[in-house]
Amino acid sequence: MRIKAIQWALSAAVLAMSASAFSAPPTPAMLSNACAGCHGTHGESAGPSMPALAGQSKISIVESMKGFKSGERPSTVMGRLSKGYSDAEFEAMGEFFSRQKPFTTSQTLDRAKVAKGAELHEKNCARCHVENGKEIKDNSPVMAGQWVKYLEIQMADYHSGKRKMFDRKAERMKPLSQSDLDAIAHFYASVK
Amino acid sequence: MTIDRRSFLKMTAGAGAAGVLYGCASTGPSGSTADVMPKTGRRVVVVGGGYGGTIAAKYIRMMDKNIEVVLVERNDHFVSCPFSNLYIGGLMKDLSPLTIRYDKLAANHGIKLLQAEVTGVDAASRTVVTSKGTLKYDHLVLSPGIDFRTEEVKGYDIATTPEVIPHAWKAGPQTVLLRKQLEAMPDGGNVVLSIPLAPFRCPPGPYERTSMIAMFLKQHKPKSKIIVLDANPDIVSKKGLFLKGWKKHYEGIVDYRPAKKVTEVDARSKTVLVEGLEDVRGAVVNLIPPQRAGQIAVAAGLVGADKNWCPVNPTTFESTIHKGIHVIGDACVAGAMPKSGYSANSEAKACATNIVNMMNGREIVDFSGINTCYSFLSAKEAVEVTGVYKVDKEKNTIIAVPGTVGVSPDLSELEAIYAESWLKNILIEMST
Ligand code: HEC
Repeated sequence: MRIKAIQWALSAAVLAMSASAFSAPPTPAMLSNACAGCHGTHGESAGPSMPALAGQSKISIVESMKGFKSGERPSTVMGRLSKGYSDAEFEAMGEFFSRQKPFTTSQTLDRAKVAKGAELHEKNCARCHVENGKEIKDNSPVMAGQWVKYLEIQMADYHSGKRKMFDRKAERMKPLSQSDLDAIAHFYASVK
Repeated sequence: MTIDRRSFLKMTAGAGAAGVLYGCASTGPSGSTADVMPKTGRRVVVVGGGYGGTIAAKYIRMMDKNIEVVLVERNDHFVSCPFSNLYIGGLMKDLSPLTIRYDKLAANHGIKLLQAEVTGVDAASRTVVTSKGTLKYDHLVLSPGIDFRTEEVKGYDIATTPEVIPHAWKAGPQTVLLRKQLEAMPDGGNVVLSIPLAPFRCPPGPYERTSMIAMFLKQHKPKSKIIVLDANPDIVSKKGLFLKGWKKHYEGIVDYRPAKKVTEVDARSKTVLVEGLEDVRGAVVNLIPPQRAGQIAVAAGLVGADKNWCPVNPTTFESTIHKGIHVIGDACVAGAMPKSGYSANSEAKACATNIVNMMNGREIVDFSGINTCYSFLSAKEAVEVTGVYKVDKEKNTIIAVPGTVGVSPDLSELEAIYAESWLKNILIEMST
């Protein structure tokens, strides 16, 4: 019904009067494309500190956006931006980015840190960040191949207490030093 | 066979084509009427290879490979205005981090490039006239950026004044000239920066420039200062943050003077006149003239009652004056969206989406967009303003989604780190 009305509306004469009167709500692509100026086309970020979203899990994106919106998760820009969208729109964008093919960053990493990080991951993180951070469990993000600079910023936020953790995570993370966390960041960034 | 512009005008007028729109750019050869690329299928012509045009061309092709897209741009490269203040301040060796070319973009998406000057548009016959010949279109996207209302500054000669008194408000040779002048300036000389009345391209830009020039002076010309003559009653964007940064880093270097509208210039003596009353002389003068939509949009009759900017439908960015012509970026009136590179990027995507929808008889989709402007205050600290935008259907205009527009709480090193990545991402988005 609606589609028919729209098609009729699209006949040139009517269109000439007003297009927006008959328009549909923003599609997932319309919403998500606006994010790409910062996060890269389809979420394939080329900037070493800006997180890639391509291939990120839907639930992780939705949870991140909710956390930014409530202020629970610290941010520079995302807190304000997230307030522009509803939960349904978070879902739409999460779906959009999760369907993009995962983006493999090419970055220079410190081999010693990667090796140290691999050990620390195995001991402390592997139970939740399964498949070396490639797969997800619950709402944990895909971290494999993420930009190391971005992961380091996030680790620093955890370390300083700016970014909150649930108890089980805190138990594992609190004893680790900043350089341990940097090593773990290098490890996840290295996973292909 | 080539026919000069005047005879084309006669011919089309003779044929009774209503609404032949003509313009010629101040430089460049006249258009010819030979069709440079005969149109066979559905075609969109995009004019302007900057923040808006590249993205419109790319996204149309990404969404519908059966639409031919021709990108017309007079240069073979583009230099970003965002971040060009960092070069002026000495944080960049050259303009290469700000420069993109079009070859990868064209190859990756099958966009046809035409390096030519657009001299006119005929809305009735859906034809663009370029220095290399004419082009037919089904939809035309103009992303022409800005030009200057130099007639409002007495004594300003568009050809010669910027060679002595750079505006550096279109990045490239002008940016380099301003930096060279700063380097050559004697220690103790003053820099004069003149800011026009809003609206102009990049609202926080002049204040970022003030900061970057002050940073340069502090380091290299410690006896010099920068006098800012702002035609506006106050700092237009991120006021609190700029004032804080100037106090923190450039106390005694930045002499900010609001409500000082420059009305006259004398290039020879490097003097500007404020409201015909007060002479201000500088060792270096950076006069940013008042602005309007890029020349081609004016020539095509697309500017509104204000004679400066192009009114558009807020969902499709189609001109409200001429059907089939869409105007995006600095040149258009996009409601509450500021004239910025990120706005142009966002507008281009919505415009592309709806052109593809219109050409396929599909439903038009509401606009949802974002703006972000990062500004540097020192070598390591940046601030930003961001916002989410949508269409208010009743008012038929773009508004900010309440609660989304705001600025950084403070000067921030982290924001500077993100800003660098922003630049990289957006330029890669435009060029690949
Ligand atoms: C101005 C640039 C910018 C824009 C525009 C932007 N982002 Fe972000 N995004 C960031 C930055 C920077 C971060 C890191 C958190 C912060 O400081 O805000 C981030 C973080 C994120 C994260 C967390 C990633 C993770 O796994 O930790 C998600 C999800 C995200 N953004 C989604 C989006 C979506 C969806 C949009 C569009 C509605 C968007 N972003 C628009 C800059 C941007």
